[in-house]
Amino acid sequence: MTTTLTPTKTTPTAGPTPSLLERLRVPGAFLLGAVLLMGVAPLALSDFRLDLLAKYLCYAIVAVGVSLAWGRGGLLVLGQGVFFGLGGYAMAMHLKLADAAATGQTLPDFMQLYGTGDTLPWWWQPFANPAFALAMTVLLPMAVAALLGFFVFRRRVKGAYFAILSQALAAALAIWLVGQQATTGGTNGLTDIQGFFGYDLGDPVNQRTVYFIIAAALLLLMAAARQLFVSRYGELLVAVRDSEERVRFFGYDPANVKLVAYVVAAGMAGLAGALFVPAVGIISPALIGIVPSIGFVIGAAVGGRASLVGAVLGAIAVAWAQSTLSDAFPAAWTYLQGLLFVLAVGFLPGGLASLVTVLRRRRTPTTQTGGTA
Amino acid sequence: MSGEGLTVRDLRVTFDGFKAVDGVDLDIRSGDLRFLIGPNGAGKTTLVDAVTGLVRSAGSVRFGGEELIGKPVHRIARMGIGRTFQTATVFEELTVLQNLDIAAGAGRGPLTMLRRRKGIPEQVTKALETTGLTDLRDRPAGVLAHGQKQWLEIGMLLVQNVRLLLLDEPVAGMSHDEREATGELLRRVSEDHTVVVIEHDMDFMRSFARSVTVLHAGKVLSEGSVAEVQADARVQEVYLGRASEPESARESEPAAASVPVAEEA
Amino acid sequence: MTVILNQSFTGISIGAVLLLIALGLTLTFGQMGVINMAHGEFIMAGAYTTYVLQKDISGAGVSLLIALPLAFLVAGSLGALLEWLLIRRLYTRPLDTLLVTWGVSLMLQQLARDIFGAPNVQTHAPDLLTGNISVGGITLANNRLFILGLALLCVLGVTLILRLTPLGRRIRAVVQNRDLAEVSGIATGRVDRMTFFIGSGLAGVAGVALTLVGPIGPTMGTNYIVDAFLVVVVGGIAQLKGSVITAFALGVLQSVLEYSTTVSVAKVIVLVAIVAFLQWRPQGLYTLRTRSLA
Repeated sequence: MTTTLTPTKTTPTAGPTPSLLERLRVPGAFLLGAVLLMGVAPLALSDFRLDLLAKYLCYAIVAVGVSLAWGRGGLLVLGQGVFFGLGGYAMAMHLKLADAAATGQTLPDFMQLYGTGDTLPWWWQPFANPAFALAMTVLLPMAVAALLGFFVFRRRVKGAYFAILSQALAAALAIWLVGQQATTGGTNGLTDIQGFFGYDLGDPVNQRTVYFIIAAALLLLMAAARQLFVSRYGELLVAVRDSEERVRFFGYDPANVKLVAYVVAAGMAGLAGALFVPAVGIISPALIGIVPSIGFVIGAAVGGRASLVGAVLGAIAVAWAQSTLSDAFPAAWTYLQGLLFVLAVGFLPGGLASLVTVLRRRRTPTTQTGGTA
Repeated sequence: MSGEGLTVRDLRVTFDGFKAVDGVDLDIRSGDLRFLIGPNGAGKTTLVDAVTGLVRSAGSVRFGGEELIGKPVHRIARMGIGRTFQTATVFEELTVLQNLDIAAGAGRGPLTMLRRRKGIPEQVTKALETTGLTDLRDRPAGVLAHGQKQWLEIGMLLVQNVRLLLLDEPVAGMSHDEREATGELLRRVSEDHTVVVIEHDMDFMRSFARSVTVLHAGKVLSEGSVAEVQADARVQEVYLGRASEPESARESEPAAASVPVAEEA
Repeated sequence: MTVILNQSFTGISIGAVLLLIALGLTLTFGQMGVINMAHGEFIMAGAYTTYVLQKDISGAGVSLLIALPLAFLVAGSLGALLEWLLIRRLYTRPLDTLLVTWGVSLMLQQLARDIFGAPNVQTHAPDLLTGNISVGGITLANNRLFILGLALLCVLGVTLILRLTPLGRRIRAVVQNRDLAEVSGIATGRVDRMTFFIGSGLAGVAGVALTLVGPIGPTMGTNYIVDAFLVVVVGGIAQLKGSVITAFALGVLQSVLEYSTTVSVAKVIVLVAIVAFLQWRPQGLYTLRTRSLA
């Protein structure tokens, strides 16, 4: 592991009493973020751009989980698309049913098209209930992650093996969805979603409301993740990442420590997927397979996997660059994206966040890591 | 608290047909400071691996009356058995304090785990004092000197409330002063713990061992006080005969004693 | 009965393709611990090599025969170049290697798109390989038999290299103890590059084989890469025979499941079976025993 991954502040209680400025740094940054997201952005951006930002923020929510599982826990989660997809499909299934019901139909439009008969498949039926569907957007991904994680971590399958398995899971889900054309919409996915719990998504005002919900969710989850990072659990997670066997000899079961991080990250990805659906109006296999799953990781890698803010900003920046450049210069963007992977991961493993740390250290040489370091 | 005794009966560990530990019996009284010595490949580390559940073994290992064989590693650890490894393994990116806090915390409930650490737990303060690391508590463990890392490891075992410490070559690579300090530390620790030390350094053994077991080819060759073991003809033949060579000659061997089929990765 | 036999043969031929692809990975991932996501693009390079050759040389049979060694060279050189440029700087960070090589794979795909265009292209199989032969009521496609033979030949070749040649001895020495190999006078850097050359070259050969059974396109590698990695994970990294057994087992399992359910359900079941298998053998079928901490 590289030394640049070290969190900059890890001695809240034992070190010398931090100055007022130090103590206000984190809440201050949080407040600044809240003002930017909830105040400045909605005022400054057009409806169209705010919609795009809403989409990027969904990716940022996934990145919060990636930062926890990968940055802190060392679990290379290459299959976050699965959880994003499960959350997205759970939400979209409900919204499709609600759309159908609003027009007096019993079946979503695509089912009528592909003709599966007149009855809704049994596993669609509970999703007509909004509370059930909402709960599933988070619980379903967490349950799948818990199941896979339990079996995988228990047998100490780790590192690359875990990464490949989680990637295979993403591939399998995407292929399965494509194969079940009649009940999942196949390659097209679930599209053309009109309403969001009774509100018309075509109305710009309602779109703005969706944006605010997403921004609030991101801020909330960042605060929760930050608490996890600085908690004893967060320290233990880093310890498991660096030496799993050693932790076992202290009487912890590292499998459980990793499982918590993996399941929490899955829940966040699920929530992001669920919020993505009203923001963009679609969920499809192309958004959750191997390629987008790696995309979820790369944003965090560029920004700085171990730094919460770095991962979030990285995810937003990469998503922004993608949608801005990929239409105008598709070929150039693919090269740039590839190069970004290579440079960020290969040569700046702490991401852009580590640049900030380096700069700060240069400005105020601390005694903390001095000496023989 | 005076530690607890370890009883090993007919312990066997086999790697692909090679008998690394071949029917070892061992009785370590509570409060002992026992040294395990023996030439490379004698099965010392494998014995400790078997006791701590790291390798599969046959036979019986009882600690405080409870059978250990078959239990997973973390359960054995929770029964009060702690160990170190030939290479110091501390969590390099965490501070000394965080290292000790993690070691102390296996019994914590989920709510405590989700909260930030407030203040320093008492046993951590005590361990910092015992190991002399109080001034370094906010340093990342990765920047500690080699000896300090070993002390931190011992401190981590202490806060874990272990009753039996198994230390694998704790003074390998240490300077003379560090060895003395480590020996004194072990002496202090053994006042209320049972300590087992695997060691190659004969001078260190002579100065600090309370009792000695000599292993050879997976079997116990001799056991007793330092004087008794040194007087044993068989020991002189297979081991102490070589000990009369200059100290430096033996130390130039690779520190990692290896079983032929196993390899260090 | 015939159905079962036919289905098994389909499975074995799927297994042969998997094996050809996974064989290179057993060297680069298995022996060196490098997760090279660009391996799929080396397959693609091999396939396009066949395509270009066939445009210049009219005889399909001749061009195929030339393509085999040439694709090996092309893909192998790409692999050695990748190793020298990037991977050798990342040996201590296997997971990061995965992401870096994924970036490389993106760029290589785009390169293929720029050179050959985004749509898939086709090659003509030699006449000899287009027919079928019938044995006791089972139909065996000639091209599938050819791939099976090629896969087994490659396994034999790699085994001989590892067992008998000085290079093979060096590769095994570096795998077992890199530091010791280095101080024993082995230029580990050169050995790494050679290992990578051979492993990537095998991907090129696999690419030639794939032109016989499917279209050639910029993203053809991604379709196979995850399955191939799963083969190595399940087979265990220590020995080639793990990958051989696993490739055929997965191929047969996949084709039997596809017959009784659907392709997509089969994929999911295979993955569940793999996770279940790892409960029993977490390190795969064959492992190196070590006594290290990690």
